Amino acid sequence: MVPRGLLAIATSFVVAFLLTALPLPQWAEPWRPAWVTLVLIYWCLAVPHRVGVLVGWTLGLLLDAMTGTLLGQHALSLSLVAFLSLRLHLRVRVLPVWQQGLTVFLLVVLDRALSLWVTGIQGMPTQALSIWAPAVTSTLLWPWLFVVLRDVRRRYQVS
Amino acid sequence: MRLVACVLAAVALMTVDHRFHHLEDLRTTLSLGVLPLQLLVHAPFRAAHWASEELMTRTSLIEENERLREDRLLIEARLGRLADLEAENRRLRELLDSASRVGERVLIAEVMAVDMDPFSRKILLNKGSRDGAFLGQPVIDASGVMGQVVHVSPFSCTALLITDPNHALPVQFTRNGLRAIAIGRGGSNSLELAHLPTNADARVGDIIVTSGLGGRFPSGYPVGRVSQVRTDTGRPFAEVTVDPAANLERNREVLLVWAAGQGPSDLAASPPAPAPDGR
Repeated sequence: MVPRGLLAIATSFVVAFLLTALPLPQWAEPWRPAWVTLVLIYWCLAVPHRVGVLVGWTLGLLLDAMTGTLLGQHALSLSLVAFLSLRLHLRVRVLPVWQQGLTVFLLVVLDRALSLWVTGIQGMPTQALSIWAPAVTSTLLWPWLFVVLRDVRRRYQVS
Repeated sequence: MRLVACVLAAVALMTVDHRFHHLEDLRTTLSLGVLPLQLLVHAPFRAAHWASEELMTRTSLIEENERLREDRLLIEARLGRLADLEAENRRLRELLDSASRVGERVLIAEVMAVDMDPFSRKILLNKGSRDGAFLGQPVIDASGVMGQVVHVSPFSCTALLITDPNHALPVQFTRNGLRAIAIGRGGSNSLELAHLPTNADARVGDIIVTSGLGGRFPSGYPVGRVSQVRTDTGRPFAEVTVDPAANLERNREVLLVWAAGQGPSDLAASPPAPAPDGR
């Protein structure tokens, strides 16, 4: 028996993966929001007993396989993001959406910082500023994503 | 507790993946899992391409046919000369007693419209180990070398482009035979030649081809053209920039190359050269 709403959660992650792989024009590529991170943060805040560190870790591993990065790079950053979201979920849930956005900004910055760190250890140079662009777009997108996913959660009664 | 376990597992995975390359099987399994997603992303682009081909008018088809026929005539004329030169080359090499390597085989692969990690230069191709693709296989297009296969799964493979900062390619100048190593520059879609002394004979406009040293790439495929030479006497090495000949950013189809004597038997495209002899 599949727990209620699990399908909704899985579908939202599948969509996040699709959006991550969607080809963008060259100029827009650095600005691609961190879709998987955003959706993970949302579910961690909304249903912390369902989605947590292990889910983040597994998603990260899949993301690594899909984007061709070092296996474990996204697993590391996403499990940390999930952990912090779980830790903060009671505090963040009651904030207005724009203040949640600030938290999301910090979490995505952490996500990117870990990636930068890992690629740095591998000896791959990265253009310094564009790596932070996803944090900006993710923050701007958060209110909309929040509303959409909240509707999904209510519609399919994910609990 | 769970976090600590996950972090340790992730770090362990990264270390093993980076250092020992034992995780190819795990990566293959995982990439098989995400392949449906990638196919789904690729599908609309494929459909658009299909539609644009299906919905062509008759006149434009005739026009294109005409143009292709003319192109083919030109290319065949050139190819005839090339076959002659190749035969002569082989004869001369036999006189010199050196092994010649002719008769590479190729297979057309489609670049899937899927974005990978923005900080490395990789493309996903729709041919995998089932089609005979293998690790380290050269990938070229009509105008030059594109990169090499770095990961193979049964139905797809990932190729690292020559402009990736992790990619190094042994090359040679056609003008004077000077050898060098071309290393990718990452973001700027160009390569640089490493460790060329400041007095090296490199000029802007020189053509660079693969040298075949290192054994990965067959020799003689065009790599690019020197676009900038900066010799600063204060520095030990010259700074030589190369623009890649291949259209790395906007290809739909690429060629996977098998060196002479290897490769799958049922091939879509085979070279005009005679069958490879023995070696």
